[in-house]
Amino acid sequence: MAVQPEIDPATGRTTTGHEWDGIKELNSPLPKWWLYIFYATIVWSIGYWVVYPAWPLVTNYTKGAFGYSSRQDVVRDLEALRALRAERSTALASTPLEEIAKNPNLLTFALAQGKAAFGDNCAPCHGLSATGSRGFPNLRDDSWLWGGGIQDIHQTIAFGIRNGDDRARQGVMPGLGGPNGVLKADEIVTVASYVRSLSGQSTRPGADLAKGKELFIANCAACHGEDGRGNRDLGAPNLTGRNWVYGSDEKTIIETITLGRGGVMPGWTTRLDETTVKALAVYVHALGGGQ
Amino acid sequence: MSLWNKHAIFEKNSIVLTVGILVVVAIGGLVEIAPLFYLRSTIEKVEGVRPYTPLELAGRAIYVREGCYNCHSQMVRPLRDEVERYGHYSLAAESMYDKPFQWGSKRTGPDLARVGGKYSDEWHVAHLANPRSIVPQSIMPGYAFLARAEIQPEQVAGHLRTNRLGGVPYTDEQIANALTDLRAQVNPDSPHVQALQVRYPGATVRAFGGNPAATVNGTVTEMDALVAYLQVLGTMVDFRTYDARANMR
Repeated sequence: MAVQPEIDPATGRTTTGHEWDGIKELNSPLPKWWLYIFYATIVWSIGYWVVYPAWPLVTNYTKGAFGYSSRQDVVRDLEALRALRAERSTALASTPLEEIAKNPNLLTFALAQGKAAFGDNCAPCHGLSATGSRGFPNLRDDSWLWGGGIQDIHQTIAFGIRNGDDRARQGVMPGLGGPNGVLKADEIVTVASYVRSLSGQSTRPGADLAKGKELFIANCAACHGEDGRGNRDLGAPNLTGRNWVYGSDEKTIIETITLGRGGVMPGWTTRLDETTVKALAVYVHALGGGQ
Repeated sequence: MSLWNKHAIFEKNSIVLTVGILVVVAIGGLVEIAPLFYLRSTIEKVEGVRPYTPLELAGRAIYVREGCYNCHSQMVRPLRDEVERYGHYSLAAESMYDKPFQWGSKRTGPDLARVGGKYSDEWHVAHLANPRSIVPQSIMPGYAFLARAEIQPEQVAGHLRTNRLGGVPYTDEQIANALTDLRAQVNPDSPHVQALQVRYPGATVRAFGGNPAATVNGTVTEMDALVAYLQVLGTMVDFRTYDARANMR
């Protein structure tokens, strides 16, 4: 309820004119300490306008005395990082892949950089520990689709597999089944049994392995070889071992033969710099399966 | 101190107070927001950025619908660690046709601004269907139903038209051919591929969702669309030719 403001006899201050049940509100000034801090923040902000980018102009803005720019900052930070790594990066870039392991200092550097880059870029497909998952090969075992030498690994990382780049690895497993397929459904089952027998796995009772072998030689051996040991120039896996990219159960093998396979790996030269690709090759080669 | 006592006029009259607030906020808005629309440095044009194809746009709609932005940002900030991990920092122009942009600030999952081309289509399909089948430590939910959900053909052109209302420069020709373009982008054998790539330079064409049988009868799944969208993210600008120094600020 509003009443006429009056002088409060106890403090000598004016009341605001608000009154509730006889209690009146004093019109007290803000505490001095608070008020002066408030004024100080206003003065401080003027300092900000002077040193940092602040006011919009007609086509541009005031740049500020410090010349602050987040884009320049990141460029500077990256240059500092490169300078920090410069010595060993240059050494890594100029050392042939095979020689890197002979220089412990350089090897430590390459493994550290390779591990970090692997976690950021490769782990989503091949797994943090590089053991892979269905369709994404294990990099720790001795089976290599495209070769396990350090040059082969480097080539695969740099340009990838079947990603449309001319320099990428190109081989592809065609689907042999379907209505217009080379093989009929029952023939595929027969070949699948023969393929399983190559790695010593159980075959379907009564499977005609002789017929399976005949079909294998006619349709599969061109890439996988007559003995089924594969061909790294074509990325054709060895079918006689225990490591399988997509699985070695009968259902999966039938699916593979029917529909074909063609896993894609991106090339990394477009995304990572040359020394990082090299470090990755060293890291993957050193995981355990490198040849 | 008589000026300081004038606040009573505002405090005792709600209309005057409302008008006063509007004036103060309008000044703030004019000074802070309006210049962003005309300052040379905030509206840089960058070569390569084009509006999304109908397929990518449909994928983007699914991305928004499923709330992907709740866990994934789409902005590589200009900080050393981020540039080291994700690639070149994001440019404003890269999201100029995003209505609204998906920058975000919440990263339960990784940033996706440059995820395009980083993984294979097969990886995306398998990972979206069941993330833990490939990344055991992932806490992302599965989206297996996307592979079974068909893109509704009657909505395709509407997406483009709505985006045009928001300022994306889709032409009448692009809107008229939206459905044809959508189907052509998942079918490399389609006779309409060339026209699609003229309308959307640099658009890649392949069976993104990994279901070639479906492309024959013109069925496009939400998986196709979402993977096509993810695979184009951050790939439109060629940073080998982009001159960062020229756009320094």
